[in-house]
Amino acid sequence: MHELPITENILTIVLKHAAAGHVRQVVSITLDIGELSDLEDEWMQHYFDYLSKGTVAEGAKLKINRIPIALRCNGCGKTFEIEKSMIGKSTCPSCQATGDFSLVSGRQYHIKEMEAK
Amino acid sequence: MDEIKLIEIKESILTDNDIAAEQLRSRLKAEKTFVVNLMSSPGAGKTTLLLQTLAALKQTYKTGVIEADIDSMVDAEKIRAAGIESVQLRTGGFCHLDSNMVKQGLEALGSEGFDLVFIENVGNLVCPAEFDTGAITNVMILSVPEGDDKPLKYPLMFSTCDVLVINKTDMLSLSDFNMNTLYGHISRLNPNMNIFEVSAKTGDGVKQWADWLKQQVSDFLQ
Repeated sequence: MHELPITENILTIVLKHAAAGHVRQVVSITLDIGELSDLEDEWMQHYFDYLSKGTVAEGAKLKINRIPIALRCNGCGKTFEIEKSMIGKSTCPSCQATGDFSLVSGRQYHIKEMEAK
Repeated sequence: MDEIKLIEIKESILTDNDIAAEQLRSRLKAEKTFVVNLMSSPGAGKTTLLLQTLAALKQTYKTGVIEADIDSMVDAEKIRAAGIESVQLRTGGFCHLDSNMVKQGLEALGSEGFDLVFIENVGNLVCPAEFDTGAITNVMILSVPEGDDKPLKYPLMFSTCDVLVINKTDMLSLSDFNMNTLYGHISRLNPNMNIFEVSAKTGDGVKQWADWLKQQVSDFLQ
């Protein structure tokens, strides 16, 4: 639902790097997005296509890497990955604890790199 | 043919907002204004709980409200009718508040004179979870009719909030909401979350929540 402001931020950052690197055309942009985010890939591309018109990033493809959710068990220290649908129902695979976990991965919101000419 | 080159970026997409939020939080600490970001689904009882909380705290602290419900003056009018200063942010269909909008709201309110300011964020459990508003504490309200499985559907919101207020406990006997199931989900997602069970309608449990908040504000102001 908040793809528009996020996509605006992506474009701003990409254009900044494009200007610094004297880029004439951005071909693709690789994003690392945590599984916990509710961003829809398709909408981000739609918004990006719309916002980037007339810039060097027009036509660039967004490549979205989904970074898995990982919890750390505060009881035994084990870090484990889980599916989003399992986050409130998980059990530590090492000590079988059913609570007291810390989120260590899954909230990422990064632009990793871009391919450009 | 132009050669395609790879340019490393390695930047957070939310950097601008995160930096602005941190700056705002530092300013609030310096100005001694405790800001509470209230989030919930539409209909969870945010405004009713807020009115009850204000009634419990307004004698002790100079309190204000920033309303962000989408293009409606209804909530702001209720708050003003209770004798509390409030500003209505026109979010124009925006699904969340970010720290710049909150900053504008605080300026419109004239935040320097306030001890405690509540932000009534836009009613949804998805977008507000992603954007740091610069608030000192983040509170979400879950109402009993929404179900005990909400943490499974909106894990980010449940993992980012400091406080969970479970509202409409007067409806527990009418539903299959299981408090133990809910606590089980929370202990996995956010074991340090402070949880209060209240009914903003009957007033049950509101005192415990208001007393806790009063203590937080008191510690903050010292």
